[in-house]
Amino acid sequence: MSSSRRALGLLIVTGLGLSVAACGSTAEQPAPAASAPGGSAKAAAPVTISVGCQPPKTNPLQRKDWDDDVAAFQKLHPHITIDSKDGFPCHDVKTYDAKLAGGQMEDVFYGYFGDVQTAIKAGQAADITAYADTITTLKDIDPSVMAAYTVDGKIYGVPRGNYKVGLVYNRKLFTQAGLDPNTPPKTWAEIREVAKKISALGPGYIGYGEYSAGNTGGWHFTQSIYGRGGAVVDETGKKAAFNTPEGKAVLQNLKDMRWTDNSMGTKQLYQWDDLMRLMGAGKMGMILGAPDVITELHDNRKAKYEDFGLAAFPEAKATLGGGDGYMFNPKATPEQIKAGLLWLDYYVLTPGRGQFDYARQKATGRAVGLPDNNVWGDSPTGQKLLELRKANSTLPTENFAAYVEGSADIPLKLEPPMNQQIFQILDTPMSAVLTRQDADIDQLLAEAEAKVNDVLSKAS
Amino acid sequence: MNVASVGRRPPSRRGREARRNLTAYGFLVAALICFGLFSWYPMVREVLLSLQENNFVDAPTWVGLDNFETVVEDPAFAQAWINTAAFTGLALLIGYVIPFCAAVILNELRHAKAYLRFVVYLPVMLPPAVSVLLFKWFYDPGPGLFNQILGFFHLPGLAWLDSTDTALISLVIVSTWMNLGSGTLIYLAALQTIPSELYEAAELDGAGMFKRIRHVTIPQTKLILLVMLLLQVIATMQVFIEPFMLTGGGPENATVTVAYLMYQYAFNFGNFGGGSAMGLMLMIVLIVFSAVYLRVSRENT
Repeated sequence: MSSSRRALGLLIVTGLGLSVAACGSTAEQPAPAASAPGGSAKAAAPVTISVGCQPPKTNPLQRKDWDDDVAAFQKLHPHITIDSKDGFPCHDVKTYDAKLAGGQMEDVFYGYFGDVQTAIKAGQAADITAYADTITTLKDIDPSVMAAYTVDGKIYGVPRGNYKVGLVYNRKLFTQAGLDPNTPPKTWAEIREVAKKISALGPGYIGYGEYSAGNTGGWHFTQSIYGRGGAVVDETGKKAAFNTPEGKAVLQNLKDMRWTDNSMGTKQLYQWDDLMRLMGAGKMGMILGAPDVITELHDNRKAKYEDFGLAAFPEAKATLGGGDGYMFNPKATPEQIKAGLLWLDYYVLTPGRGQFDYARQKATGRAVGLPDNNVWGDSPTGQKLLELRKANSTLPTENFAAYVEGSADIPLKLEPPMNQQIFQILDTPMSAVLTRQDADIDQLLAEAEAKVNDVLSKAS
Repeated sequence: MNVASVGRRPPSRRGREARRNLTAYGFLVAALICFGLFSWYPMVREVLLSLQENNFVDAPTWVGLDNFETVVEDPAFAQAWINTAAFTGLALLIGYVIPFCAAVILNELRHAKAYLRFVVYLPVMLPPAVSVLLFKWFYDPGPGLFNQILGFFHLPGLAWLDSTDTALISLVIVSTWMNLGSGTLIYLAALQTIPSELYEAAELDGAGMFKRIRHVTIPQTKLILLVMLLLQVIATMQVFIEPFMLTGGGPENATVTVAYLMYQYAFNFGNFGGGSAMGLMLMIVLIVFSAVYLRVSRENT
């Protein structure tokens, strides 16, 4: 064996060792040195913030909005450098909680409403009360939305969007089934009738779709029972409150639709992706969902906006609040929090600017008019937003009118504490009534109640 | 290969040995770093995590065996172990035998061998997400492929994934299908090492095909069969992708497995301690099983 060969071996080995070491150090993510603002005398100390949920490259228009606004913002605030982090999707269920739990979130990180209370209680979000007035429209934000970010009077984040759950339906199938797509069902009885007619269109057509697996069944049970005026846990948050006539009505209705009407298809155990796929494929009539479902169907399932309509939640006494926003890493410094709030005020929370720059969206050929976001409710800021949206609308807004009008007065309700554990438990009654004709609703609810009480008693 | 010594004093024996050892240690260090970083460190960390309450931001608090108590008292805990054991058992019955049979048949074939090998291996190359979508349609209790086949033979359709009775075995079928290729290839390689004289001798002695398999093939591949059994049990006890993507643990918890519950704790419930406790229990069970199995199989061979 020649020594040169041996030397080569050594070289490879050392190289390998080095690359392993290099891997280790990049994971540390040293804060990039902020470039000093050239010659600006009054510049505050430079601060760099990493911000999550930059639109992905696959969404070039939104990404350009963001990047343009980042540049404009940095010109306005030369001491701030924004380190945008894109993620697709911004909330990847597979990694989100791990990243959150691992403390690997950006300084200003994205999250769903459902994550917020969990993150706050686990100490994974910073208290920003002292700086919150950086947001100029703060006082106009819908209090029931702001409540999601508030614990004991302290603020831990700001909303980016919010919406109430309603009914998403396929207008094309309504027409095909001889129904009027402009008068969507308002009651559960009407939903049953419509679902029967759509299922009757032929094999493969499903009138009404519902989740029952992977914790999504429990999530939609929660939506349904809220709509009927029920609750999942009582006001103390320590006892299950769904073994009630409302809870029974939810399950009985699904059982009837699945087995008596046969209008929910044959396959069940659907999770989120399944219903999106089926709605996008155009053979499913209706699902419970918020306006973001239509965006998802258009953006990722190649469906057309005009094929879908949106109605208010049927017979709703309350509706589950959905939405998203930004929180702050507890490791962020006060300067970073202030800088982050300035950015959010600039891009996220001003009508006519950033994400609400409807004129720019229209000018670049994007869909405007989906009632997908109004964190300010009926306040003056909220009214201003509605006007701007209407003025730049490109979609048949009348398709969503039933939702906008019907939802206005429905109070928003947040997810219960220990949401995922409870949802997992509630998957069982949901999957039972949808897969077993002889499912005993009373027994299922009683068993789930005992399990949820057990979970809640251990949590406190 | 005397290039190195040209015009140079031959290196002393000790120097040569040292240099050779250095190379060996160099290689060893790289392996140790990899194992340490990606295998042993996470394992140690898991043990620590299972004894802590840790949100990875605040300093962790030691909670003793609280995490173990939490998961053991979970109403789905017992079910998860029962399901996992049942899955492993069914996977042994179905998933262990089929690749071996497939390999034996492929080995006997004279024509289209390469093509069939490719076909058998194809499912392994499909991304699990694709296989899962495929099987979602196969298993549809209404117009799904399997029920249409059953209907063609005038047999009643099954609910497959949508029934507590058949959900688990349906997952075993998917899992077997997805992993068939790897097992078959390994068995094929083993079969090819069997000297053909043995078969010829057996044939001369009047052994039929089944006798040849029983008295030649199986004894000759015993070692690989034993190793594959162990590997399969270890792999199937950790079954996750199939319930995660196909059934979400349902219906009525019928497909909640230990690894699925572990995932729920760690990533959906935000309880890393609980998840680690589950993982540690699974690891201990697998270590004990492996140790007993190796001891027993060594005594028998």
